[in-house]
Amino acid sequence: MTYREAVRDAMREAMRADPRVFLMGEDVGKYGGAFAVSHGLLAEFGPERIRDTPLSESTFVGAGIGAALGGMRPIVEIMTVNFSLLALDQIVNNAATLRHMSGGQFGVPLLVRMATGGGRQLAAQHSHSLEGWYAHIPGIKVATPATVADARGLLLAALKEADPVLLFEHATLYPMEGESEDGTPMEFGRAALRRAGRDVSLITYGGALGKTERAAALLAEQGIDAEVIDLRSLRPLDTEMILTSVSHTHRAVIIEEAWRSGGFAAEVSARIMEGAFDALDAPVARVCGAEVPMPYAQALEQAALPQSETIVKAVQELF
Amino acid sequence: MSLHRTAATPGMEREHGLALLRQMLLIRRFEEKSAELYSAGKIRGFLHLYIGEEAIAVGVMQALAPEDAVIATYREHGQALARGLSAGKIMAEMYGKANGCSRGRGGSMHLFDAKLRFFGGYAIVAGGLPIAVGLALADKMRERRAVTACFFGDGAVAEGEFHESLNLAALWRLPLLFLCENNLYGMGTPLAQSESQTDIHLKAQNYNMAAEAVDGMDVLAVEAATQRALAQVRRGDGPYFLELRTYRYRAHSMSDPELYRSKEEVAEWRRRDPIALFDAYLRKESLLNDAELKTLEADVANDVDWAVAEAEKGDWEAVADLERDVYASPAA
Repeated sequence: MTYREAVRDAMREAMRADPRVFLMGEDVGKYGGAFAVSHGLLAEFGPERIRDTPLSESTFVGAGIGAALGGMRPIVEIMTVNFSLLALDQIVNNAATLRHMSGGQFGVPLLVRMATGGGRQLAAQHSHSLEGWYAHIPGIKVATPATVADARGLLLAALKEADPVLLFEHATLYPMEGESEDGTPMEFGRAALRRAGRDVSLITYGGALGKTERAAALLAEQGIDAEVIDLRSLRPLDTEMILTSVSHTHRAVIIEEAWRSGGFAAEVSARIMEGAFDALDAPVARVCGAEVPMPYAQALEQAALPQSETIVKAVQELF
Repeated sequence: MSLHRTAATPGMEREHGLALLRQMLLIRRFEEKSAELYSAGKIRGFLHLYIGEEAIAVGVMQALAPEDAVIATYREHGQALARGLSAGKIMAEMYGKANGCSRGRGGSMHLFDAKLRFFGGYAIVAGGLPIAVGLALADKMRERRAVTACFFGDGAVAEGEFHESLNLAALWRLPLLFLCENNLYGMGTPLAQSESQTDIHLKAQNYNMAAEAVDGMDVLAVEAATQRALAQVRRGDGPYFLELRTYRYRAHSMSDPELYRSKEEVAEWRRRDPIALFDAYLRKESLLNDAELKTLEADVANDVDWAVAEAEKGDWEAVADLERDVYASPAA
């Protein structure tokens, strides 16, 4: 099935099993979802549980928080991470804080799904990768499924969480075909080993996984055996798997679409330095987005994003 | 100025009247004590007093049922006390003690009580309105008869979330009671300098919502308006909006030098002190005399003293417990 179908499937399964689960967001109902993810769900579940909202990100995300407080298990779809900025106050000041601020009296079992990333020539306001920004906030959890199986599995795992989860779906992955189950245990907070290797740890997540795996294949032709780790969630972060990997490869490159300065790759790099300093034979490298607002022109946009070739080059510089 | 008479038997009316007065007095004396304790350094951070606005919290809360939800702002001690949160737990919370209603994690601006369906306590102006929409949505979807009562000030009216929330509540016909405590100032900015339309309830009417303005200094008028509004909301006729006109006698917070309003204006509003007004009404109706008032004040003073004692004797949370309650279970 496709990644998009896997997300739909997971929501359908969850809604059939639990009457508290419902979906709300812009154009999730009659339109079938901006990315066709919720196509068909309105017909099955009706307008109470597949709710079209006005263009009021702050309030429908806040309403998701309130509905979760009130005993429902809402799934809020923010069309893209770019629009989530309108709901930043609700996410950061309410969803993330309510458990702690109330002394543990309340939890917010809310799932917020958003499309993310660049690469489709949608320019500066429609191409953000802000997963790392959100992963900065204690009180929320951040998931970044990169495979069809994880699109399904991480969503179902997220719905079991008692805390708010932000789930990021890279928009280029929606049509991707894959296995709906791949045997990876769906425990929230466990990274996945996508390719075992001896010479370098390639650490990535979300939309950059495909390019990273292609880079590993190119490196194999050059006699460099790369290990590929798919983080699957940025918060909680599977530091253990990262450190275990680096302790036997001795080299690490972190790949993400987000801008380099203050990006999530910097966090992973810091953790490697803190936990595996003596294991390193080279500085930790990062392949990130160029520090420009995303340009529209195709060649410029592609140059602004990590590519298999740039990942290969970064690895070569470590030897 | 005539006050609305509740239709009731004289016995019930007296008991009810004294209960209303006692509640307002409790809030007033609790807030006065809090101001003292803030100056003494026992309460820290920010402190926003409800003095002058007591009739609203008390009048509204009387009409609400236990299954209803309440959500308010950082100026929420009055609502919390009127809803039934223990004065001791509130005071301990403001001290930062572990026996506070939020374990000392929230402070004055973040009072919560799950059993009483008291959902806080928010420091971002208008930040609670979307949550109120969600609470009401959950009740509607689960077919519960509960109403969500959402308190906010005139300052919130300028925020986008106010407009989004009113629109959505009306659109989805949610069981939501919007309670705008219009005390004429958003911190130091007078309403007329912030709003092109200062009749706040008219804005709500423009969202196709039933709305009225109420004299917020008259506890019986507040109570009656709330009952009227709730009857409609409970019937499933959608949200209701009450603009409650009031005034805060103290500054916005303890650090506000009040440069933006005159002492004369404050004095003018003092003449409509909700407690004095209701006291006068009760006496006129022969429902209260000096001795009874003295007893009430003594009771209230005991309650406040007890609250302070609770706070004083509470423990500080261990610093080792710093990272608890960020998630349901400890996470990476």
